[in-house]
Amino acid sequence: MSTQQPVLQLQNLARVHGAGATEVHALRGIDLAVYPGELVAVMGPSGSGKSTLLTIAGGLDTPSSGRVIVEDTDITTASVKELAALRRRSIGYVFQDYNLIPALTAAENVALPRELDGTSARKARVEAVAALEEMGLGHLADRFPDEMSGGQQQRVAIARALVGDRRLVLADEPTGALDSETGESVLALLRSRCDAGAAGVLVTHEPRFAAWADRVVFLRDGAIVDQTVRSEADSLLSGQVADA
Amino acid sequence: MSIRHGLLALLERGPRYGSQLRTEFESRTGSTWPLNVGQVYTTLNRLERDGMVAQGGEDAAGHTLYAITDSGRAELRTWFEKPVDRTSPARDELAIKLAMAVGAPGVDIRDVIQSQRRHTVKAMQDYTRLKARALLAVEGGGSRERDDVAWLLVLEQLIFQTEAEARWLDHCESRLIRLSATTAVENPATAPASPAAPSTPTAPVVSGTPAGPGTPASQHPSTTGTPGAR
Repeated sequence: MSTQQPVLQLQNLARVHGAGATEVHALRGIDLAVYPGELVAVMGPSGSGKSTLLTIAGGLDTPSSGRVIVEDTDITTASVKELAALRRRSIGYVFQDYNLIPALTAAENVALPRELDGTSARKARVEAVAALEEMGLGHLADRFPDEMSGGQQQRVAIARALVGDRRLVLADEPTGALDSETGESVLALLRSRCDAGAAGVLVTHEPRFAAWADRVVFLRDGAIVDQTVRSEADSLLSGQVADA
Repeated sequence: MSIRHGLLALLERGPRYGSQLRTEFESRTGSTWPLNVGQVYTTLNRLERDGMVAQGGEDAAGHTLYAITDSGRAELRTWFEKPVDRTSPARDELAIKLAMAVGAPGVDIRDVIQSQRRHTVKAMQDYTRLKARALLAVEGGGSRERDDVAWLLVLEQLIFQTEAEARWLDHCESRLIRLSATTAVENPATAPASPAAPSTPTAPVVSGTPAGPGTPASQHPSTTGTPGAR
């Protein structure tokens, strides 16, 4: 894993809101690299900067200082056009409230980012159905969002986030609106997409969902204060659960 | 943990010998609570003394077989029917540690909480990975082996337990922050930590200034780069 190029790199990232007396450091000194095949969970109390980190990683907000590198592009110096292309081709988002377009079927929702990127409607549809089938969601292809459960919608949203060549999925509390059983199945899907080679960043305050990650990063007051590294599971339960 | 009742439950399915009981106990529970053969035989001797099992000959290889008696069956039924007692909780080292850390000189309780949180979440990650694997065995294979299902239930119990602990730690931290924000009392815990204490890049001690997004920038000397440069 470590010999590969990271899909996402955050380097010495800071985000300051306001100025002078009301200046607030939402993020400071953030260094983080996420590799293909890796799912990283970001945990922390509300107001610790979790969501800010994710929006900056995805180019939806700009940092006050530091660099954000997605694949090979520094998005802090990219042009508006480059950034838009990167968001279409490289970065997928999953939100708490699914954000599927109600007037489009599951397959059309998944096909949309490909069509926006210039793929023909027919080809985009074929790709979308393939992505849904690969994730065990083929039976949902022709359903509209209001004909699906929350868990189904969220799984379709993950398919949309990773359709085409996109390898980076940024998930902000993706299980927030789901019961815990359904939340687990959404995490299991995210986990399996990362096992298949995607890189994922998951923001959550639920330890149970963070536990699906390879690495858990703890954020407090805008800084990374700690992180875990997963041990080999085989050494577990024989009293060798060593600290990272 | 009741080895006694665990063995009775296994014997109810037919006569078994000592090391066989040990193997079956461990495959049911994924070796979460390892047993040695000595413990198994000691327990069998006591069960025999109490009339709950009886030696019943040997198998082809010459192993002494034990069988459950009627009084053993009655004991087992009572065990399944009666809830496990939760009214006299076992000593919990973590609860005792945090109770002692409140106001302890030279101890930053948030560091104590964070170091435990890291350990607990990491254990959850490992259990969760084992669970994902166990789920595949139970759901994928089609052969719903009793042992696989039992192991999955045990793993999920471990996950629920560690989850409860992680949530409790979060709760402790936010309660301490709330309390320190409302009662600005002089507290010995604000004294500098002893030089021997590991220094981690954590926020100010909990009894100091309330931390949070509203904390003045001067609290964050580690900020790098030029704020507002972009």
